[in-house]
Amino acid sequence: MSVEAQAAGPPPDEIDARQAELPPVARLAAVTLTLVVAGGIYMAAQIGHPATLVPAVILAIAAGLVLLANLIVLSRIKAFAWNKFFQVFGWALVVYLVIAGILEYVFIFDHTPARQLVLFSVMLAMFAIDVPLLLGFSVARYQPVPT
Amino acid sequence: MTDTAVHVGAAPPGDGMGPPPRVPEFSIVPLIGIPIAAALLVGLIVAIATNSLWALTFFHVGGGGLWTSIDLFLGLIIGPILGRLSIPARVEFTAKFMPKMVVIMPTLVAMTLGSGFQLARHLGNLSVSYPHHGWLVASYVIVGVMAIIALGLLEPANLAVLFELKKPHPNGERIGRLMKVFIYTAGITGVMQVATIIIMTFLASR
Repeated sequence: MSVEAQAAGPPPDEIDARQAELPPVARLAAVTLTLVVAGGIYMAAQIGHPATLVPAVILAIAAGLVLLANLIVLSRIKAFAWNKFFQVFGWALVVYLVIAGILEYVFIFDHTPARQLVLFSVMLAMFAIDVPLLLGFSVARYQPVPT
Repeated sequence: MTDTAVHVGAAPPGDGMGPPPRVPEFSIVPLIGIPIAAALLVGLIVAIATNSLWALTFFHVGGGGLWTSIDLFLGLIIGPILGRLSIPARVEFTAKFMPKMVVIMPTLVAMTLGSGFQLARHLGNLSVSYPHHGWLVASYVIVGVMAIIALGLLEPANLAVLFELKKPHPNGERIGRLMKVFIYTAGITGVMQVATIIIMTFLASR
């Protein structure tokens, strides 16, 4: 290979070429994560204060809708390394369920009021699904599609 | 020998004369790290359950200090060095270093945030009536942005690199691209961590 060809990088392979055809699963997962984190920050900032939960509920509903849309979009991909996706998703789900479980334990241990606890739990559940989904997709998108 | 040859496409001029670099055998998740991470998480749960001020401070300061140091060291020291290494050295370093980060970083993040929340609760700092509540909310926002960057960009890049290296014919150009994302995002979160340290030390000194 000539020096010029090396400096310019290799021509895109089949996997690089396929990237443009994939739906924006990673971006949607990042949007869900951002909405969940924003809701969590709002609620954490109001602890011990009788503030309205409406902004947090709106953020949680928006996050749920984006997550649902993402799952639908993801399920419609035909050519995809589903074996790698489920391998990474499964293990990451175990890890993030443990992390979400620790946080849930903290909220229960601290006698968080029921309405806030439900909202925190819903957000933690979405967090525990969204991050493994993002990790699974990020790995599987660069894997060869089994024939 | 189970090493794999990497077909590196984006090698700098002069690097492409030798044979393709070899990927050393590695495990994506180093099994030896799992019991250590599990022991730390059990310790964290015990610290929360007992509300021990020392244990909560230990996990929060220890975890946060390591998290910040690793991010800054990676982004500002290792990153630039890695960029100047030969392709085989980069591949060997990546294959040996990145699996460790898969276990270390989520453990440190869980330790720091879990103990930090409980510590603030224990000390009464979470309450809106706390005089410096605004500073605490600012730290939530910084940590939230860091979490989005780390979980949305850094960790996916880390895993994608490892799975790419496990292929029979890894794509060196893709590994380089993903490693850049990893190193840059680690540097950004490291710098943001400094802002958190400024807020935390300010609050601790009040």
